[in-house]
Amino acid sequence: MSDKKWMPRWFYQLASPRWCYQICGKLLPWFTALALGLLIGGTIWALVFAPADYQQGNSFRIIYLHVPSAILAQSCYMLMAIAGAIGLIWKMKVADMVAKSCAPIGASLAVLALLTGAIWGKPTWGSWWVWDARLTSMLILFFLYLGVMALNSAIESESTAAQATAVLALVGLVNIPIIKYSVEWWNTLHQPATFKLTEKPAMPVEMWLPLLVMVIGFYAFFAVTLMMRLRNEILRRERRAGWVKELLLSKSAV
Amino acid sequence: MNPKRKQRLLIVLFIVIGVGVAVGLTLFALNQNINLFYSPTQIAAGEAPEGTRIRAGGMVVDGSVQRSTESLAVSFDITDYEKTVRVEYTGILPDLFREGQGIVAQGELDSRGVLQAVEVLAKHDENYMPPEVADALEKAGKMPKPAGQEFNK
Repeated sequence: MSDKKWMPRWFYQLASPRWCYQICGKLLPWFTALALGLLIGGTIWALVFAPADYQQGNSFRIIYLHVPSAILAQSCYMLMAIAGAIGLIWKMKVADMVAKSCAPIGASLAVLALLTGAIWGKPTWGSWWVWDARLTSMLILFFLYLGVMALNSAIESESTAAQATAVLALVGLVNIPIIKYSVEWWNTLHQPATFKLTEKPAMPVEMWLPLLVMVIGFYAFFAVTLMMRLRNEILRRERRAGWVKELLLSKSAV
Repeated sequence: MNPKRKQRLLIVLFIVIGVGVAVGLTLFALNQNINLFYSPTQIAAGEAPEGTRIRAGGMVVDGSVQRSTESLAVSFDITDYEKTVRVEYTGILPDLFREGQGIVAQGELDSRGVLQAVEVLAKHDENYMPPEVADALEKAGKMPKPAGQEFNK
């Protein structure tokens, strides 16, 4: 196979459930330490040392939870759709398992983003919920996650379930740019993004640095939960394989 | 890539692009209906229906806020820097309400073209800063102002 040369060997090994289980196991402690350090440090920095906003005072600090969870809910969806597509095209079992493991994490992150947004909206806007384009498209993202989870558990055959959910995830992918650009395309109550790729952030460095720490911390936390779920999923689906039986026997012998 | 995989890749691309185009066209057709509020320019142009519940959004004009001394009634002008609409409201305003602040008011346009609001929401912009920085910018006259088009998409 000529097209295999430009990819490193370990990348191909990830496609094997057994290897993937072991690599995740090796990475887990590092990512756990990273996530704990960043989230604890970032939270203290955000709540104690970052300055309050000139208009909103301390209630603005919920941004340090709201923005990372909203970013991660969308990143997680993209990962789920891409993993689903890889599973569809290359029939790769591990990709299907990644997609399946993403859904509940993404749904929780979407709930967190919606809840913190509502809690922030009440004191600043004067309303818990407004049916503007940003809030509504975020709610649709949450429903998409629920749909993916329901569809996956409704179909008995693992491979059919993975195919069906991958198609649903790909269809829902159109929602991601809508969420991102809703505040620019339409009149919304939600303010435009503070961070833009092309311009400098619309907040001073002592405010956005802790936010950046929280975002990276959320990514690390997401990696931890995803790898833990993935390892469970691998064991569950490969329970008849020899290596899983050996692993379980060696664990119970200790 | 073997032909079977290639075919499946094409199907996946077709789904993503097809759904994207379909949803894009739908949103384009619904464009005005997705806006949360009408801008004062749209109201002045008669795009907003009279006698039904609508939302209007704009900046509160400096010096236009008039409060009643014996009730919670308040009236003010909102602008998108092109046209201005008068809003009358009775009730408690959100904390962030102030002159020069973006707001969204829900209510009905009366025959005088005044919005009789039943709900006033504060809209804040994406600029955050510590109070000291805000004071310094205010003194230097460099406070960032949201663009006029922000209320007129």
